[in-house]
Amino acid sequence: MNQEIKTFTISIYTENNIGLLNRISAIFQRRHINIESLTTSKSEIEGVNRFVIVVNITEPQAKKIIGQFQKQIEVIRAYYHTDEETIFQESGMFKIKSDLLFNEPQIQNIIKESNARIVTVNKEFFVLEKSGRRNEIESLHRDLNIFGIMQFVRSGRISVTKEEMKITEMLLAFNNQ
Amino acid sequence: MDIETIKKTKQMTAKTERMSGSEAIIKCLIAEDVDILYGYPGGAIMPVYDELYKYRNEIHHVLTRHEQGAAHAAQGFARISGRVGVAMATSGPGATNLITGIADAQIDSTPLVCITGQVPSHLLGTDAFQETDIIGISTPVTKWNHQVTKASEIPEVLAKAFYIAKSGRPGPVLIDITKDAQFGELDFKYEKCIGVRSYIPTPKTNLESVKAAAELINAAKKPMIVWGQGVILGQAETELKTVIEKAGIPAAWTIMGASAIPTSHPLNIGMVGMHGNYGPNKLTNECDVLIAIGMRFDDRVTGSLDTYAKQAKVIHFEIDPAEVNKNVYADVAVLGDSKDSLIELIPLLNENSHEAWHQEFKDLYAIEFEKVIKDDLHPTKEGLTMGEVLNEINIQSEGDAAIVSDVGQHQMIACRYSEFNKTKSNITSGGLGTMGFALPAAIGAKMAAPEREVVAIIGDGGFQMNIQELGTIFQQKVPVKIVVLNNEFLGMVRQWQQLFFDKRYASTEMTNPDFITIAKGYHIGGKRVTKREELADAVKEMIASKESYFLEVCVEKEDNVFPMIPSGASVSDIRLS
Ligand SMILES: Cc1ncc(C[n+]2csc(CCOP(=O)(O)OP(=O)(O)O)c2C)c(N)n1
Repeated sequence: MNQEIKTFTISIYTENNIGLLNRISAIFQRRHINIESLTTSKSEIEGVNRFVIVVNITEPQAKKIIGQFQKQIEVIRAYYHTDEETIFQESGMFKIKSDLLFNEPQIQNIIKESNARIVTVNKEFFVLEKSGRRNEIESLHRDLNIFGIMQFVRSGRISVTKEEMKITEMLLAFNNQ
Repeated sequence: MDIETIKKTKQMTAKTERMSGSEAIIKCLIAEDVDILYGYPGGAIMPVYDELYKYRNEIHHVLTRHEQGAAHAAQGFARISGRVGVAMATSGPGATNLITGIADAQIDSTPLVCITGQVPSHLLGTDAFQETDIIGISTPVTKWNHQVTKASEIPEVLAKAFYIAKSGRPGPVLIDITKDAQFGELDFKYEKCIGVRSYIPTPKTNLESVKAAAELINAAKKPMIVWGQGVILGQAETELKTVIEKAGIPAAWTIMGASAIPTSHPLNIGMVGMHGNYGPNKLTNECDVLIAIGMRFDDRVTGSLDTYAKQAKVIHFEIDPAEVNKNVYADVAVLGDSKDSLIELIPLLNENSHEAWHQEFKDLYAIEFEKVIKDDLHPTKEGLTMGEVLNEINIQSEGDAAIVSDVGQHQMIACRYSEFNKTKSNITSGGLGTMGFALPAAIGAKMAAPEREVVAIIGDGGFQMNIQELGTIFQQKVPVKIVVLNNEFLGMVRQWQQLFFDKRYASTEMTNPDFITIAKGYHIGGKRVTKREELADAVKEMIASKESYFLEVCVEKEDNVFPMIPSGASVSDIRLS
């Protein structure tokens, strides 16, 4: 199996239970695996949550920790995927002084070319939102940094797979047992 | 904080009944057939103890002298009976004192339900008196845990706790219950949990993988089985024996698997691992097919993974998918309950005897006997050996005793030399290696199986780690037999110091008290043996005793346990001296 370190997106479908985040993060901690980003939200299935976690590890490592996740009582299913197998995005928000919008004509070009969206504008500042790949958000960050950014924040990765996730099968099987 | 896991339940009581949370806890225990529990009271669990007083004819509460003792006693109870052991403690220090036993149960797959009291829910997170985040603390060492803050949640959570603790690969569950939930009222109705949707306890045996396994086994010239506790937990002893006999496969065991097949069985080739037998360790690196059944390739078993059974095709029978390919790559993995899988395997196996191959084990045994076993069991030098004590116990108990061992040299000697006729007879702390385990575990074992002879084998170090449980033995009148093998050293550590640290015996020498007087203080009679001539009679007297009995044997101070695989070395580098 491939021993090279790669970026994997780990998806964990879980029951909505307090304490599970602890169990999941402990699995990384015990193995000294650094979490690049972590997002948790509801999923396409009612009452089922989904964690999307990005880590840089080898494939054998990914396989093994998936086994450890599945072992947790409240974990319904866990998967790992490479970047090629998923469609993924992050989102960044930039807070910038409003006068720049009028005094620096270049900023308007940057906004247009980057496909960033203006969320709000007021007298003091305006807020831009940019969704996309990490490098797109970072490149926008570089471009805007020249003019000064008051605040910046970036979300963790959200991701869906190109292939179907067969989690519903398992849920159905339980209901029909 | 409702539990939202979707679960399946089986109706037990049709009518609901109004009662307090603490009474509901007792009713749940009764519904789960709990008749003994081990624990220690305190402020945050007092309402439950008050109810226990009312129900004392239905449930016998054993007051141990330390919560660690309660957890280990519950483990001993579970290990000999296959039932769920129950331990109870108050919040804060009571709860944290359970942790070692819980961690031990987790790594040795022992079903436990631990109930802890907790401060009232409005005080949670305020650093209240005796508040500790036991959910946070126990998370890495429990199969599941949950905090109950409302009386109404109790039946559902406890039903789930018992189901999770005993199903699939068993393990410890901790339920923390706030004091207000114990006082609060609910309409009690008990439904047994029979499934949790996010939890598949036992993967279904895949017939294709069984066929692939059978093909490999049938084609093998030098097949070897290593079985673990999975065989005992899956109650697959008979099936394992059939496999071994039909296909003529030499079979070795891990210490957690010991006793599943009688020691005297001709195809039982002994123990693997650091202090295991010479033959099975050496020949692990010569077999062509290695069949692992219900074992997890612990590093104490495999030594260096780089050189472990590299020449062999590996077949892994395992209930826990996370164990497959974790340490050793499996050419064929058969997921599922060991009994189910072996039942499928048996008809596909060809009859075979592999006599020449078996002879190789016998030849290596002869070498081990000459160089190690003979001097251990029938020594000619002056000092008493641990091995001859075990040998005498085998003789006097006719191999029917359950041996509960602590951790150290005596543990390895007990595992190596005990004669086991019956399954579930080797109760020891395998994965965690917890000193202090044996004395309380023996209490639980004897109470779960009063018809069995239960003999605890303990070092002078480990004995003093939970020596207070002599009080429990005395108060409960548990007729366990206690054997302390006194070498006035933390022997196993001293052995390492001798072999790998130039005999620098840093903090391993023990100046011991008069153990016989201490036992006497607890009204436990017994003998101290210092000479070989006294041994047989003393052991005989101990086995004949109807009461608990304390036997101290002063053994050779600086004996070592061999064979030995130095840590990190290959199994085939096993040393005989
Ligand atoms: C709680 C705990 N602390 C420390 C150890 C490390 N340890 C392993 S064996 C051993 C020595 C045990 O000595 P003793 O109980 O006298 O038994 P012996 O080896 O002499 O038979 C020690 C300290 C342990 N296993 N458990």
